[in-house]
Amino acid sequence: MSKGIPEDYSKDINEDIHWAKINEDVLRSMENPRMGYWIAVGVSLFLLSFAVIAEIYQYNTGMGPSNLNWPHMWDLYIATFVFWIGMSHSGTLLSAILHIIKADWRKPIYRFAEAMTTFSLMTAGLFPIIHLGRLWNMYWVIPYYSDRGIWPNFRSPLVWDAFAITTYLTSSALFLFVGMIPDLAICRDNAKGWRKKLYTALSLGWRGDDRQWRNFRKTYLLMACFLIPLAVSVHSIVSADFAMSIMPGWHVTTFPPYFVAGALYSGCAAIITLFILLRYFFRFEEYMTIAILEKTCKLTFAISMVWTYLLFVEFAATWYGPDMVDKELLIAKFTGPYSPLFILMVFLGSVLPFTLAVEKLRRNIPVMFAVSLLLNVGMWLERYMIVTPTLSMSYEPFSHNVMWPSWVEWFILLGSFGWFGLLFLVFVKIFPSVSMYEVKEMIFHRRHLANKEIAAVMHRRLDEVEKKPSTSTTEPGLEGA
Amino acid sequence: MSLQNLLQDWSRYRKGREEGGFHNYEHMWGMSIDLNKCIGCNACSVACYAENNLAVVGKDKYEKHQAMHWMRIERYWDEPDLGEGRVSEYQQHGASFLPMNCQQCNAATCEPVCPVAATYHTPDGLNAQVYNRCIGSRYCSNNCPYRLRYFNFYSYYEDSWPEPLNLQLNPDLSVRDKGVMEKCTFCVQRIRTAKDKAQREHRQLQDGEFTTACAQTCPTSAIVFGDMLKMYDPNSTNPSSKVIELWEEHQVELGVTEQEKHNPKIRGYRVLEHLNTDPCIMFLDRVREV
Repeated sequence: MSKGIPEDYSKDINEDIHWAKINEDVLRSMENPRMGYWIAVGVSLFLLSFAVIAEIYQYNTGMGPSNLNWPHMWDLYIATFVFWIGMSHSGTLLSAILHIIKADWRKPIYRFAEAMTTFSLMTAGLFPIIHLGRLWNMYWVIPYYSDRGIWPNFRSPLVWDAFAITTYLTSSALFLFVGMIPDLAICRDNAKGWRKKLYTALSLGWRGDDRQWRNFRKTYLLMACFLIPLAVSVHSIVSADFAMSIMPGWHVTTFPPYFVAGALYSGCAAIITLFILLRYFFRFEEYMTIAILEKTCKLTFAISMVWTYLLFVEFAATWYGPDMVDKELLIAKFTGPYSPLFILMVFLGSVLPFTLAVEKLRRNIPVMFAVSLLLNVGMWLERYMIVTPTLSMSYEPFSHNVMWPSWVEWFILLGSFGWFGLLFLVFVKIFPSVSMYEVKEMIFHRRHLANKEIAAVMHRRLDEVEKKPSTSTTEPGLEGA
Repeated sequence: MSLQNLLQDWSRYRKGREEGGFHNYEHMWGMSIDLNKCIGCNACSVACYAENNLAVVGKDKYEKHQAMHWMRIERYWDEPDLGEGRVSEYQQHGASFLPMNCQQCNAATCEPVCPVAATYHTPDGLNAQVYNRCIGSRYCSNNCPYRLRYFNFYSYYEDSWPEPLNLQLNPDLSVRDKGVMEKCTFCVQRIRTAKDKAQREHRQLQDGEFTTACAQTCPTSAIVFGDMLKMYDPNSTNPSSKVIELWEEHQVELGVTEQEKHNPKIRGYRVLEHLNTDPCIMFLDRVREV
C-alpha cells in the first residue's frame, strides 16, 4: 500500500482488490528471498547451533551441567515445553473456532497461525525428550508390542502427554495441509521446476470443480470440529502434569482452564508478533490490515482478562484454603527469591494487556510489536513461575533451595526459538502464508454484502429469497485455481 | 506377549489410585526411628553409602544439591526465640535431627506418575525402583513430598571410585549410570539374600536375622527394621517382630490418615501423614525439656 494514504480502519479488507492480484501478491511472497530473509535464517541457524552444542554436551555428560539439582528436577525445559505447547493453541483458535463461529476476518491471517501451531508443537515435543535423563530410551513411553511384556504406565500424565502431543501434531499438520490444497493448486499452476513437481504432488489433483469443493468444505469443517476439543484436551493434559501431582502450587484444580486460557493468550500474542513481521517483510498491508490487527488485539485482550481472572481464582483458592504449605508458597512467590520474576509476570500478564484496549495504541504497529513480545515474555515467565517455585519450596523444609539455570538450559531455550524460526522461515517461502482462496471468499462476501439481493441469499433469509430468487450462488475463488 | 495377556492384566492398569493400608503381601517391611535416641552422628548415612554403592559426588556438586544421600540426616535449628529467647545458648540445645530415608509409602505418590512404570510396589511391600527401566523423566522425585529420590546427574563411577577404590563396591547390587533415579531400597539386596537363605534351609525368615545397613550401624539403636505383616494379617505365619511391638506401643497404624494422640508417652507419628501417602516408617517424637 502506498504511503501517505490513511488506512480505512473500519474495513477488514478492501473489496476492490482483484483476485488475480491476490494470487500475484501471495506468490510473490514465496520467491526471491531478500537480504532480510537470509539474515533471519542466519540468526535462526545461529541460535539453533547453540542448542545443538548444549544438547550434545548434555547428552554425553548427563543432566548435571544444566544445574538441575535435587529438588529442582524440572526447570526451564518443562517450563519452555509448556510455553511452546501454549503457543500452538492460537492456530486452532483462529482456524477452527473462528471458522465455526464464522468470523471471516480470520481468513487472511489463519494460515500462518496454523503453521505456527504445527511448528511450535514440533518445538514443544522436543523438550520432554531433551529433559529425559536417558533420552535414548524415550520410545519406552509409547505402548508398543514388546517381547518383554512391559507397557508404559497408563496412569502417568507424561504418557498422556506423549499421546496428546502426537495426536495434536498429526491433526494440526493435517488440518494445515488440507486447508492449503486449493492454494497449492494455484501454486502448481504458476510454478516451474522442482516447485511444480512438489505442488503437483501436494495439491492432490485439485481442479476446483464443484464436487471437490463440496468434499473439501465438509472435510475442513469436520477437522475443525475435531480439532477444537483436541486442543482443549491437549493443554488440559499438559496441566495434568502439574495438577495430578501432590505438590503445593501444582495441585490446583483450576489448572486445566487456566492453562488453556494461558495457551490461547500467548498464542494470540505470538500471532500479533508474526502478523506484524509478515505484514512488514512481505508487504501484506492490503491483506493484513490494521482492522484485522485490531480485532486480534481485542481477542487477545479478552483472553488475557480470562487468564487474569483464573490467576486470581488460584490466588484466592490458596489464600482462603486450608493448605498452609500452599499458602506459604504463595507468599514466597510474592516475597521470596523468585519474587521479581513473579511480580513481573503478573504485571506483564495482567496489566500490560490493557494497552490492547486503547484504540490509539492498538493502531500503532511498533507499540503492538513490543507489547506482543512482552506479553509472551510474561507468559513464558508464568510457566517458569509455575514449575520452579514449587520445586524450590515444597513440603520438606530441608530441601528448600534456590537454583538458577546454567548456560546449557539457556542455550537450549534460545535454540528452540531458532528451531521454530527456521521451520517458519522455510514454510513461508515454500507455502503460501496467506490463504489465497479464503481471502477471495472474504472479498466476495464483502463485495456482495452491499448488494441487498445477494446479501439476503448469503444470510439465508429464505423468505426473502423465495420472493426474489438470486442467481449469484456460484462458489467463489475459482479463477486462480 | 499376546493380546490376551494384556486383556487379562488390564485390571492392573485400571487401578485408579494407590491404596493405603494393608495389602496381602508376602512381607511388610517397616521401620521405626526413635528421635530421642538419634544423636545425629551420620553413621547411618555413611553405612548406606558403603552398602548401596552411593556415589560420593564431591564438594562442588554437593553444594549444587546434586548429592546422592539415600539416608540423610536433616538438621533443623530451633527458631532463636523458641524457649526463652536465649540466643546465646542457641547451639547448645537448638538442633534436632531427622534421619530421612525412603518412607516406602503404601500409597506412594511416585508410583502413579512414572511414565514407564519403573517404580512400583513389590509383593514385599517395598517401593521398588527398576534402574534398567528408568528413563529419567524425574517426575517421581518431583512428586515425592519428602524429596527422597535422587537422580544421577552425572556418570559418577569414574570419579567416585577411582582404582583401587572400585574394589570396595558392593557386588550385590549395581552401580547406577547417569540419567537414572535412585532411592533407599530398605537394602533390598539383604532382604533377597536372607529370603533365599531361609528358603534354602526350608524355614521361616526370623526377625532380626538381618537388618538394613543403617539400622545395623546406628550406635544408639534408634533405627529398628523388621517385618510388620503379622500386625495386619493374623493368619500370617511370619513371626512377630520388634517393629510391630514399637508400632503397637505407640499406636501407629497403616492406612490411617491422622493419628490422634493424647497420652504424652505415645510418641509415634509418621512424616506428612495428612498427605495420605501412608509411609512405612514411624518416627518417635523427641521429648525435650523446655
